[in-house]
Amino acid sequence: MADGFLENASRRDVLRTGAAAGGLMLSFSLAGKAGADGQAGAKLNAYVTIAPDGIVTIVSKNPEIGQGVKTSLPMMIAEELDVDWAQVRTQQADGDPATYGRQFAGGSAATPLHWDQLRQVGAAGRAMLVAAAAQGWGVEPATCTTASGVVFHKASGRKASYGSLAAKAATLPAPDLKSLTLKDPKTYRIIGTPHAQVDTPAIVTGKPLFGIDVHVPGMLYATFEKAPVFGAGVASADLAAAQGVKGVRKAFVVKGGAELDGLLPGVAVVADSWWQARKGREKLNIQWADHPTGKQSTEAYEAAAAAFAAGAPQRTERQDGDVEAALKAAAKTVSASYAYPFIAHASLEPQNCTAQFKDGKLEIWAPTQNPEPGRQLVAKTLGIAPENIAIHMIRCGGGFGRRLSNDYMVEAAWIAREAGAPVKLLWTREDDFRHDFYRPAGWHNFTAGLDAAGNVTAWRNHFVTLGDATGQPARSARMAAWEFPARFVPNYRYDLSLVPSGVPTGPLRAPGSNALAFVMQSFIDELAHAAGQDPIDFQLKLLGDQGLVGTLGKDAYDAGRMRGVLKRVRETSGWGKTLPKGQGMGVACYFSHLGYFAEVVAASVAADGSVKVDKVWVVADVGRQIVNPSGAMNQVQGAVLDGLSAALGQAVTIEAGRAVQSNFDSYPLLRMADAPPVAVEFLITDHPPTGLGEPALPPVLPALTNAIFAATGKRIRRLPIDTGLLKSA
Amino acid sequence: MSYKIHVDGRVREVDVEPGTPLLWALRDGLGILGPKYGCGIGQCGACTVHVDGTPVRSCSFPVEMVGPAQVTTIESIGTTATGKKVQAAWSDLDVAQCGYCQPGQIMSATALLNQTPKPTDADIDAAMSGNICRCATYTRIRAAIKRASGQKEEV
Repeated sequence: MADGFLENASRRDVLRTGAAAGGLMLSFSLAGKAGADGQAGAKLNAYVTIAPDGIVTIVSKNPEIGQGVKTSLPMMIAEELDVDWAQVRTQQADGDPATYGRQFAGGSAATPLHWDQLRQVGAAGRAMLVAAAAQGWGVEPATCTTASGVVFHKASGRKASYGSLAAKAATLPAPDLKSLTLKDPKTYRIIGTPHAQVDTPAIVTGKPLFGIDVHVPGMLYATFEKAPVFGAGVASADLAAAQGVKGVRKAFVVKGGAELDGLLPGVAVVADSWWQARKGREKLNIQWADHPTGKQSTEAYEAAAAAFAAGAPQRTERQDGDVEAALKAAAKTVSASYAYPFIAHASLEPQNCTAQFKDGKLEIWAPTQNPEPGRQLVAKTLGIAPENIAIHMIRCGGGFGRRLSNDYMVEAAWIAREAGAPVKLLWTREDDFRHDFYRPAGWHNFTAGLDAAGNVTAWRNHFVTLGDATGQPARSARMAAWEFPARFVPNYRYDLSLVPSGVPTGPLRAPGSNALAFVMQSFIDELAHAAGQDPIDFQLKLLGDQGLVGTLGKDAYDAGRMRGVLKRVRETSGWGKTLPKGQGMGVACYFSHLGYFAEVVAASVAADGSVKVDKVWVVADVGRQIVNPSGAMNQVQGAVLDGLSAALGQAVTIEAGRAVQSNFDSYPLLRMADAPPVAVEFLITDHPPTGLGEPALPPVLPALTNAIFAATGKRIRRLPIDTGLLKSA
Repeated sequence: MSYKIHVDGRVREVDVEPGTPLLWALRDGLGILGPKYGCGIGQCGACTVHVDGTPVRSCSFPVEMVGPAQVTTIESIGTTATGKKVQAAWSDLDVAQCGYCQPGQIMSATALLNQTPKPTDADIDAAMSGNICRCATYTRIRAAIKRASGQKEEV
């Protein structure tokens, strides 16, 4: 897996959680305690407000991008508060880290970061309600019980609803978190039970929910044209024709800066409707300045990567034992080179943001995964103090990591201030493809040695990745020094070379892992076949008999958990059965985002080379509790199909410093007819619950290419899959 | 230019230039925000509405072509028997992830069931392959169509 932004963030926070759960929780959860709130009810803490009629409003602190946290995080609170889910209404928090701590959607981190804290938030609220009842009755709180939003004193037969107690409870001190006893999971009535997303009724009836649906009185609509070459400036712009288009209020040059994830140069067109803004934009006549990235291309990167592969690496990132000696001594050596392309996020809702500048203050409605860095970017770029910028987090029509960057937010803020009116900025689909932070392309050159018994004795990988201007791997183009099978092969070397690139890159669902799983698990499959061994047996042997390797929160890899999911998927998939000609099963396993996944793909390859995925089996170990089984299943099935979509068709090509693909006709996404059944099983193990937005994705790509090998004897070493290589006729 | 069009059972007047896609007449002109913009070239289906019962990609359908036809969007499809069943199945099976494509999916599915009350898997593939779900909730979309049509579903 990669040690990029998300991985670091999630590990760091998990560590912090493990070390000081109570302290962290105190720092945010009780800060919003404000006593009785006459309007919506009584506010017990920053998350929980209870109305006299018993309706409980629970705040969801994090951005909702389709991963289901607006449902699953309040479920954790409601469980320990001990109310019925039917009593609960959820409310999306604004960007407010002083109250809620860090708010972001990334790294599959919401469950592991909030599992303890939010249950404590609920339990703290329950304790206050019990205390209020006990005081009123003159009894010990310990003699009271709760159920479904009611406090009982069984000895005296008295009871009181939360709604009747909330106003008093809200005046009581918050309890010492150490005094709280959390529920026995066996008694859970909300956690572990399937719940539909809280926004489902609004989704299926088409209610306004998303950033693109935001409406502010007096609002204008904007479109923004940037240079097709990443980061190029405006040399000259003739705006007259655009300004003459009906409905266009203003067209203007935005000078912008050089940071690819900041405010870039371009031309904004603001109009009474978005279509008019777009028609105006068509009339712009812009000359773009030359930019060094304009000389770059995928073809040139490929040539540079090939030159590195043939020569010495720039540096060595890890060296265990003596790889050269072990290769010389090996009974068999295997060499292979792998490559994967840039891919785009292509969230179905194009980037957009609405902003209003008034009396020196900005109000922003943003479908963002990462509001606080957006606020800081806007503050710095516009010269407005952060406390004068309010950010409303709006449901995102997909995120996949794209909305961790806030370039569209700073554009909307700038354009709104210039326009002198509230503005909704909406990118075209073409803007969205051409100005992404792509999953970086990469190249891996392997040589491995096997002994006579088929054990892997040596492993060398020369990884050629994209580099930035500072001589470091580009954003999300890094590979950790402990990437599996490091530590499982005695003689191991990881070499690194960098191809300089000006293409913006960034985290895309399971960053790093979404590409590394393909190369690592494919090459391991090659070694299994070279050793003449069953791929599952071979991988189990490679995993050995170790348990946890490395340090939790840093470089931990639990080989025992991985063996567990591999063994189980062997059973669920019916692995090892004989299949007709042209069909095959492939397996892969991968650890990312704290989850252990093993997946088997059954695929058929026709004589013309076309590939059909017949079925996928997934076994997942994300710990001892699935919070919302409905959402969990949906995430896993969707991530698996997303991975197949990437393997089968996705690539962004760079020519003359710009992205070639610009819409779904040139960048095919998986459609209904190509979506196979995905059978999922969660293996429950005694580990803390972890997240599901990402880790199901990485292993399905190599499971598919390994299945293609089983079906055809042909090894796919480059993505997306070129079916031309698979023709048998 | 002013157009009178029938939308969701009402006659609405919308002032837009000729050539404006129906999608933008609905969204910016009439404040009907259920149909979504995804691609602008009829590739993703997020903007799907019915024009006299036929599913149409409103992003690529000029407003002047509507004429006297009845336009139905996600905002009123629940008043039809089929649409109501489809929305209920979508809710029961918790189909959505981000939810952005689902109005378009529901409009395509409703049109399918109006035409073919008991669709086969092949019917579903054919009718639904114009609608992209970037979150890839296809397993549940298929199951919800089966459920809405009274057939056994697999999830």
